[in-house]
Amino acid sequence: MTALVPHPVLSVFLLGLWLLLNQSLSPGHVLLGGVIAVAGGLAISTLEMPRTRVRKPFAIVRLAFVVLLDIVRSNIAVTRIILAPTPPAKSGFVTIPLELRDHYALATLACIITSTPGTVWVSFDSAKGLLLIHVLDLIDETTWVQLIKTRYERALMEIFE
Amino acid sequence: MTPGLPDWVAVLTAILVLLGSILTLIGTIGLLRFKSFYARVHAPTIGTTLGIGCVLIASIIYFSVLQSRPVFHEVLIMIFVTVTTPITLMLLVKAALHRDKDAGKDHMPSHPAD
Repeated sequence: MTALVPHPVLSVFLLGLWLLLNQSLSPGHVLLGGVIAVAGGLAISTLEMPRTRVRKPFAIVRLAFVVLLDIVRSNIAVTRIILAPTPPAKSGFVTIPLELRDHYALATLACIITSTPGTVWVSFDSAKGLLLIHVLDLIDETTWVQLIKTRYERALMEIFE
Repeated sequence: MTPGLPDWVAVLTAILVLLGSILTLIGTIGLLRFKSFYARVHAPTIGTTLGIGCVLIASIIYFSVLQSRPVFHEVLIMIFVTVTTPITLMLLVKAALHRDKDAGKDHMPSHPAD
């Protein structure tokens, strides 16, 4: 089973993608999607990507809701900054020490940070475990460090590690 | 009006599409108004999150009602936009950092806050 489906998460995603694209659950499309899912997983395995196991589906759903809420909230905040007559008081870089090491968890964190307007992922120093982000409305550095660590890092560690 | 489409659906999709485009427009205005490159990077992300989100939700509602069955493959657009935007932004910001470093301006905080 592991030989045929080396990347189960990717294969499930590919099958879901195929069925969604075709808007159908007919046996033919399930079969075709299954072939694509297996072939895609095998193709990726030749790249020798690190494997991952995703745990705690409940934690994923909870994180998704937190992120969705944060995206809406920061959209409103950035919209307000843009429409305000005066430009933002201060924007700047923040360095955040992370304990997170899993590649997929870091990639997810990059998507979360960049998807919330007002913060952009700049770089991650994997040797030191230091993440550099740029914040549009930087009032207090330590609040941002705390926010990223408690809101996202903890949940991601729970899911990926 | 499209035949077979209830008024409330037409109004709802119109509001959502308008809201999405207004948000994207605000993001573009931000791109113009902000002064530094790093601040500018933030503005268009409004368009790639809530802006596109509103338009896609409008599309889901419109076609689901019109075809009397759930149509939601727009979700894929949302996933792919979310997964690919960080790559572009990261490359842009890194290029800017590199350029600034060459010009003698170093933005990296010397003492990481921990």
